[in-house]
Amino acid sequence: MALLDIKDLTLRFGGLCAVNQLSLEIEEGSIRSLIGPNGAGKTCVFNCLTGFYKPSSGDMVFMGTSIMKKKPHLITHMGMARTFQNLRLFKQMTVMENVMSGMHCRTNAAFAGAVLRTQSQKAEEKLIREIAEECLDFVGILDKKNYMAKNLPYGDQRRVEWARALATQPKLLLLDEPAAGLNKEEKARLINLMRRIRDERKVTIFLIEHDMGLVMKVSEKIFVIDYGVKIAEGTSKEVRDNPRVVEAYLGKEETEDAV
Amino acid sequence: MAEKKQKKFTNPFGTVVESLYDLFDKKAPRYLLMTIMTAFLIYLPLSSSRFTQEIMTNLFFYVVVCLGLNIIVGFAGLLHLGYAAFFAVGAYTTGILSSVYGVNFWLTLPFSIIAAVIAGLAIGAPTLRLRGDYLAIVTLGFGEIIRLTVRNLDITGGAMGLIGIQRPVLFGIVLNQITHFYYLFFILAVIAIIVSYRLHDSRLGRAWEYIREDEDAASAMGINVVQIRLYAFIIGSAFGALAGSLYAAKMTAISPESFMFIHSVMILLAVVLGGMGKIPGVILGAIIVTLIPELSRDIGQFRLIIFAVLLLILMLYRPQGIWPERQGISTKL
Repeated sequence: MALLDIKDLTLRFGGLCAVNQLSLEIEEGSIRSLIGPNGAGKTCVFNCLTGFYKPSSGDMVFMGTSIMKKKPHLITHMGMARTFQNLRLFKQMTVMENVMSGMHCRTNAAFAGAVLRTQSQKAEEKLIREIAEECLDFVGILDKKNYMAKNLPYGDQRRVEWARALATQPKLLLLDEPAAGLNKEEKARLINLMRRIRDERKVTIFLIEHDMGLVMKVSEKIFVIDYGVKIAEGTSKEVRDNPRVVEAYLGKEETEDAV
Repeated sequence: MAEKKQKKFTNPFGTVVESLYDLFDKKAPRYLLMTIMTAFLIYLPLSSSRFTQEIMTNLFFYVVVCLGLNIIVGFAGLLHLGYAAFFAVGAYTTGILSSVYGVNFWLTLPFSIIAAVIAGLAIGAPTLRLRGDYLAIVTLGFGEIIRLTVRNLDITGGAMGLIGIQRPVLFGIVLNQITHFYYLFFILAVIAIIVSYRLHDSRLGRAWEYIREDEDAASAMGINVVQIRLYAFIIGSAFGALAGSLYAAKMTAISPESFMFIHSVMILLAVVLGGMGKIPGVILGAIIVTLIPELSRDIGQFRLIIFAVLLLILMLYRPQGIWPERQGISTKL
């Protein structure tokens, strides 16, 4: 069974249909991409998956459980983590504290633990720090853990977001345009990182991306949507040769009769 | 590094010097300062007038309620305009149990906290989904509702209030001197400070900060926003209720006029003035709000005007408060 199974997902804002009858499957251990022209509804799909938008109809099954009516924090708890298209770091906090937020849903010390500094609370705090450091090390910015998040260069801020998402110990990682704003060298490192996340941490990856080169390199299968409708799916070659995809990106070829 | 270590073993004198350095490194001066201040505050009643002790007791009371409100406003970022209602809940719980049912003062404290938790849940659970301004209006209304309720119920003594609240007894001593209450409120303030620090440096404290920084990102990280906010609301309310209980025991009489809107405003003022979320800042705010009106008694009616002008200037030129959170780190890196 697929890790994530989306069936006939529809999201309407009033009269506008942002996502229309979308169905797709993400198999465990794969890297899948969702592409489409600007405004095609890609981020809307992510927002539905993570509980920020309530879909109008259809079903989304994650690890055998429907997540249609679940709140965002519960979906994260089930093992789905995300990054944001525009960075959403906790800017006034340190890199370390940012990543520690990911461990919140895996720990449970509350008022009594905090005030009495119980043994279990101390052990938990230690674990939170260890995991956060391990995640920072994994993305390669452990040396910057005490910087304020807002003072890091853009590429490093992206990496903080990945580390933070990894710290939630996800099964499925949703990356919303992870390569946006990165230079060529950083993109190469990103491809490498995504493969390592999949191979070493056994995390399935689902990403939205505009950089075709990157998408073609990293993902085994690509879904293409336009106006909220899936217009193609397949390997990079299949997608590239699909006339509907070409049409969506470049516009329809006009015949002489039509002129 | 290795060289340094070697030196430590070969030269005993060097070890002493180094350990002295360690002692004054970072935390040590702070602890030293805190010890001196604590010693001074413990010694103070032995050599000061009743008037000074009265003011200091009032200051400790303000420190407790300001730190309580700081959990709601500073840590969790929820604007609360009806905080006086929560110490009314505490004061009246103790007052009714003590004067009507004759319950021992210390036994009323758990009930006071329970009442505050119930009140906190009643107001928080339906409203914490609201953001900013809406929450402020609801809490403002709630504060007035509580005040008008105690004003109109028989059990709370109506507009006359409650009288004959029993004095607490500790180790066989009836606490009826201002010096007793000075120490009682001092201990409560110290507890409030320690609890505040520990909450701030905990998973819960960080969760409040995440939500304050970016609510959506926080919930994407698996944080239950409503639940964590509710925690802040309840813990802050419990602080206020405890302070209210002690206040009732000190005054032995309470009336609805002790819990007017202006008190909520003054407490909020202290928190905002000192620096929301920063514990020493909030204490400083409490000191300013309680001491400046006392110290400027000579100028009579004008003192409130001068106070207001000072506040306006401060808010214009330093809106983040006198001693805000995170100023050190943000400039360092």
